[in-house]
Amino acid sequence: MVAYALQQLINGVTLGMIYGLIAVGYTMVYGIIGMINFAHGDVFMIGAFLSLISLTLLGAFGLTFVPLALALTLVLAVALAALYGWTLERVAYRPLRGSFRLAPLISAIGMSIVLQQYIQIAQGAKNKPILPPLPGGLRLMESDGLVVQVTWTRLLIVVVTLAVLGAFTWLVSATPLGRAMRACEQDTKMAALLGINVDRTISFTFVIGAALAAVAGFMFLLNYGVIDFFIGFVAGVKAFTAAVLGGIGSLPGAVLGGLLIGLIETFWSAYFSVEYKDVAAFSILILVLIFMPTGLLGRKDVEKV
Amino acid sequence: MSGPLLKLSGVTAFYGAIQALKGVDLEVAPGEIVTLIGANGAGKSTLMMTICGSPHARHGQILYDGRDITALPTHEIMHMGLAQSPEGRRIFGRMTVHENLLMGAQVVAMRNYAATRDMVFTLFPRLKERLTQRGGTLSGGEQQMLAIGRALMSQPRLLLLDEPSLGLAPLVVRQIFGAIRQLNRDTGLTVLLVEQNAFQALRLAHRGYVLVNGAVTMAGSGAELLARPEIRAAYLEGGH
Ligand SMILES: Nc1ncnc2c1ncn2[C@@H]1O[C@H](COP(=O)(O)OP(=O)(O)OP(=O)(O)O)[C@@H](O)[C@H]1O
Ligand SMILES: [Mg+2]
Repeated sequence: MVAYALQQLINGVTLGMIYGLIAVGYTMVYGIIGMINFAHGDVFMIGAFLSLISLTLLGAFGLTFVPLALALTLVLAVALAALYGWTLERVAYRPLRGSFRLAPLISAIGMSIVLQQYIQIAQGAKNKPILPPLPGGLRLMESDGLVVQVTWTRLLIVVVTLAVLGAFTWLVSATPLGRAMRACEQDTKMAALLGINVDRTISFTFVIGAALAAVAGFMFLLNYGVIDFFIGFVAGVKAFTAAVLGGIGSLPGAVLGGLLIGLIETFWSAYFSVEYKDVAAFSILILVLIFMPTGLLGRKDVEKV
Repeated sequence: MSGPLLKLSGVTAFYGAIQALKGVDLEVAPGEIVTLIGANGAGKSTLMMTICGSPHARHGQILYDGRDITALPTHEIMHMGLAQSPEGRRIFGRMTVHENLLMGAQVVAMRNYAATRDMVFTLFPRLKERLTQRGGTLSGGEQQMLAIGRALMSQPRLLLLDEPSLGLAPLVVRQIFGAIRQLNRDTGLTVLLVEQNAFQALRLAHRGYVLVNGAVTMAGSGAELLARPEIRAAYLEGGH
């Protein structure tokens, strides 16, 4: 029993880190322009597809050294997805800034549909599998015939997430760009009065959010080995739930919320029912919205217009 | 350089359909302290913000150092040597005092940072003691010092101060006015000052403008304006 629970814990943490990385993008964009970027989950999906294409191509070109293939893929997926994020803001949100409040929201839903349809047409509607690039894992213990193991893939996910979150934390807390982002989040007009290019800072926010989502997409692909054009919707809603649970606008909250959602989903599937695992996540979203709208680490004063 | 550092001609500004400035002409010469007085809602803060391009002037022209800045975006204007300590202080409440000062220095080279910061600490020693405290937890007076200090961190040639004495104890007000005078005298800093406290402002300033309903109705030296009965009646009764 302990072994089974431990295995679930490992699985849950891995999944939670993926959600956490996506959730950071939701919360960052909300913090700075006060909108929910509904297309963010689809940028994650694009990141997963870019990773898939890159891995397949590198394999086809005969690159068999797995660490290099993975590293190249990650860099490529992050760079291209960042471009998607930047374009998304320029095309769909910036022209609507200063418009009525629902306008960018509607535009975001539209962009989400556009990205999904685009991938469905370009890549087909069927599941896309890859061969697991990192088979095997680290055996931790064995009891009652049950092996508890951390697969190399999961270990990679944990290490990469921690490294990426570390770099991201440093960026936000200690660099001029991070300060500019926080300044815009707190008072856009004052930031401009201090010489901050607000438009550019918002663009950066989208770029960074998309880059993190691409990292998550890359790891999702490695973890599950199969993706389709719809994964962005489901993972997006869960990551959004994570952001709300952690307190929308709060960066540590997004990571914490992601971990919790990942753990809840995993344990729910393990002990209750796999079929209803998504229902669990959505129920949490509704409960949090009703009873704890500011979330775990959210600020009470966060009410942006 | 002989012309004015700042020159507004026929400037109008709108919030939607509401016209807040109705053709303002105003000049500030280098090294001058100029004050802008007027009743609540006269458009003083709007004028300060319009100089910085937020909102943009709809008609008229704003020249800074001989260059037309009327249509430039705010962040570009703020790279040209202007700094504003705006109405309501607008401290970044979730940043430390240190980070707020860093934000102020955003537009200038970091190598000057330490020296400028020491200058600000000399003016407001209190800020030095509070360096790692969050802006939002400072007292009102400390926040005002921080707002002015932050503006000074960009080493501006023209400092725009919107009601620096609002809500402060008389002792702190004297301290802040003393700091303005000292900066002006020692470094030649040019200041455009909006003040509710018209008596003190007119005594401090070389010249003043009176703004009524978005238009300048009177202008003159501080002493001249102080002597005018209509000013005394409207802005100075019970003052000082
Ligand atoms: N963001 C805004 N939207 C609409 N109207 C505004 C806005 N800001 C100011 N106004 C209006 O513009 C006019 C001028 O306001 P402003 O803040 O410039 O006055 P002020 O002289 O600074 O007043 P006070 O002494 O009270 O600070 C007022 O009638 C005000 O209601
Ligand atoms: Mg005002």
